[in-house]
Amino acid sequence: MKVLIAVKRVVDYNIKVRIKSDGSDVDINGVKMGVNPFDENAIEAALRLKEQGVATEIVAVSLGTSANQDVLRHALAMGADRAILVESDLTLQALGVAKLLKSIVMREQPQLIILGKQAIDNDAGQTGQMLAALLNYPQATFASAIQVDGNTISVTREVDGGTETLALNLPAVVTADLRLNEPRFVKLPNLMMARKKPIETINAAEFAVSAEPRLKLIQVSEPSARKAGIRVGSVSELLSKLREHEGILL
Amino acid sequence: MKILILAEHDGKQLSPAVYQVVTAAQFWNAPVEILVAGSNTNTVAKQAAAITGVARVIQAEAAHLAHQLAEDVANIIVQVAGDYQVILAAHSSFSRNIVPRAAALLDVAMISDVLEIKADHTYVRSVYAGDILTTIQSIDALQIVTIHSSNFTAAKNTESNNTDVNNTGAQAEIVSIEVPEPFTITRWVSETRSLSDRPALTSAKVVITGGRSLGSAERFEELLSPLASKLGAALGATRAAVDAGFAPNDTQVGQTGVVVAPELYIAVGVSGAVQHTYGMKDSKIVVAINQDPDAPIFQVADYGLVADLFEAIPELTNAI
Ligand SMILES: Cc1cc2nc3c(=O)[nH]c(=O)nc-3n(C[C@H](O)[C@H](O)[C@H](O)COP(=O)(O)OP(=O)(O)OC[C@H]3O[C@@H](n4cnc5c(N)ncnc54)[C@H](O)[C@@H]3O)c2cc1C
Ligand SMILES: Nc1ncnc2c1ncn2[C@@H]1O[C@H](COP(=O)(O)O)[C@@H](O)[C@H]1O
Repeated sequence: MKVLIAVKRVVDYNIKVRIKSDGSDVDINGVKMGVNPFDENAIEAALRLKEQGVATEIVAVSLGTSANQDVLRHALAMGADRAILVESDLTLQALGVAKLLKSIVMREQPQLIILGKQAIDNDAGQTGQMLAALLNYPQATFASAIQVDGNTISVTREVDGGTETLALNLPAVVTADLRLNEPRFVKLPNLMMARKKPIETINAAEFAVSAEPRLKLIQVSEPSARKAGIRVGSVSELLSKLREHEGILL
Repeated sequence: MKILILAEHDGKQLSPAVYQVVTAAQFWNAPVEILVAGSNTNTVAKQAAAITGVARVIQAEAAHLAHQLAEDVANIIVQVAGDYQVILAAHSSFSRNIVPRAAALLDVAMISDVLEIKADHTYVRSVYAGDILTTIQSIDALQIVTIHSSNFTAAKNTESNNTDVNNTGAQAEIVSIEVPEPFTITRWVSETRSLSDRPALTSAKVVITGGRSLGSAERFEELLSPLASKLGAALGATRAAVDAGFAPNDTQVGQTGVVVAPELYIAVGVSGAVQHTYGMKDSKIVVAINQDPDAPIFQVADYGLVADLFEAIPELTNAI
């Protein structure tokens, strides 16, 4: 079976982003970028399905500008077979991404589509569910374990207070939690080899969907920091300070 | 114009966050209605009807809704959406699963985890794990929004003027609706719920969180559990602690886990990565105990104690 994975290019999670001086947007010029961490879990899950003999082909897709080739190269180096770049100059938001991904799904006809559960830049956490809706496919979000059994996939989901296991008929959409697996490191020779694998580029305009942003960014700002606290020298000092607060009974 | 709130519940109780979303909904000055979907919803429908500021409760009851699968609940939202201008839910794993699906079916760009409602169609939400605030404006006629509930006070019950969820003196009208056909190609198989006598992480007044430095599941429990018992606290964990198997997955506090906002948050051997602080910086009082004076957690702590946790925690527990 064919597995499609969606790979977003985001600011590296270790980097604290700054805002432009006019407050119009964040300033990510020259900042280190990489694969959205949850999408690495999605790739890893697909690779393991292939190693189990369940998946036959893994196709990675990324939407954005030509700069996104780097994250697709990373997916190829991890072991994806093919990569597709959907090029667009628009500010892509979850609904638009889901619509474009649907077009790719119609073309590629994968049996399983794995996305990350959320992108660590916009923290939306919407695209997988939206894609499943547009395709009228079953969905399993926040997956921490998956198992394919013939025409169904069983997915353990992380939910508040525990886990839930669902069985979905394929084709289906799954979104990966960090707990799904430990993504493998990319070895240098694989990175070299990935350079030779082709990346197919499609202009988003070729798909008859409107991916125009519906959410207008008005301004960005830094949150007010918590008020500066104090250092206490001992446990007893800590306790006496806490006991001064109303409502805290110690 | 009306507002609809999708209510999270477990068949027995409404989630406390529903009360906070009712407060958020008052922004629009329009009738607020609550959608309760499930297989046994009479009790929770009555609880919803008793909340001040709720005009009507929509009850969607069917055997196949027992596990509130996203596919089924999203279809119910789509069925009723035409009556509303705004659809809200508390931002939680429950709504994050369902609401985006409904939004796409309705062709609406959903807005996740809203911190503040600035104006009709204009919201403040954070990005980059809370490092940046954005103000965004939606051009959709229908607004579909999940609410960062800890930023809003809880609405009270009509009769007793308190938030006792067992007060079922219904005030608002409860109407039942026809439920769409089940989406049969997703089947619920099983669930595991962590059994703990401790209060739920998201509603506890005191939360104690342990990090990787606790060293093992046994030491995590040995050291933090007596303190938690004394304080009536819930136990949280960092991702590093969860990944190391020291604490259950659903206790992870942060960007990828739960967001908590207790009266008192005690971070024990936690470095304070942004992915973690995202989940706790709304806490009223934050205490950090860490042996590294430069640990970033001290920047968000009201009281910082530089100490070895293996000495400080037993001492603290004994002193209470
Ligand atoms: C996409 C993504 C999402 C993430 N989501 C989350 C999330 O939701 N929640 C989360 O918590 N993390 C999350 N993380 C991980 C996060 O970046 C940090 O790695 C993690 O929070 C660190 O956990 P820690 O503080 O337990 O461990 P460490 O960073 O290793 O810190 C241990 C701390 O313990 C202190 N210490 C050691 N020994 C002692 C002692 N004897 N006494 C006192 N102090 C001691 C050290 O000084 C240090 O500060 C995420 C990461 C990524 C990439
Ligand atoms: N521009 C994009 N290109 C490829 N995949 C994307 C893109 N945007 C979102 N995704 C996928 O959707 C997931 C959730 O993103 P979001 O809904 O934005 O939080 C990500 O983890 C990716 O798998």
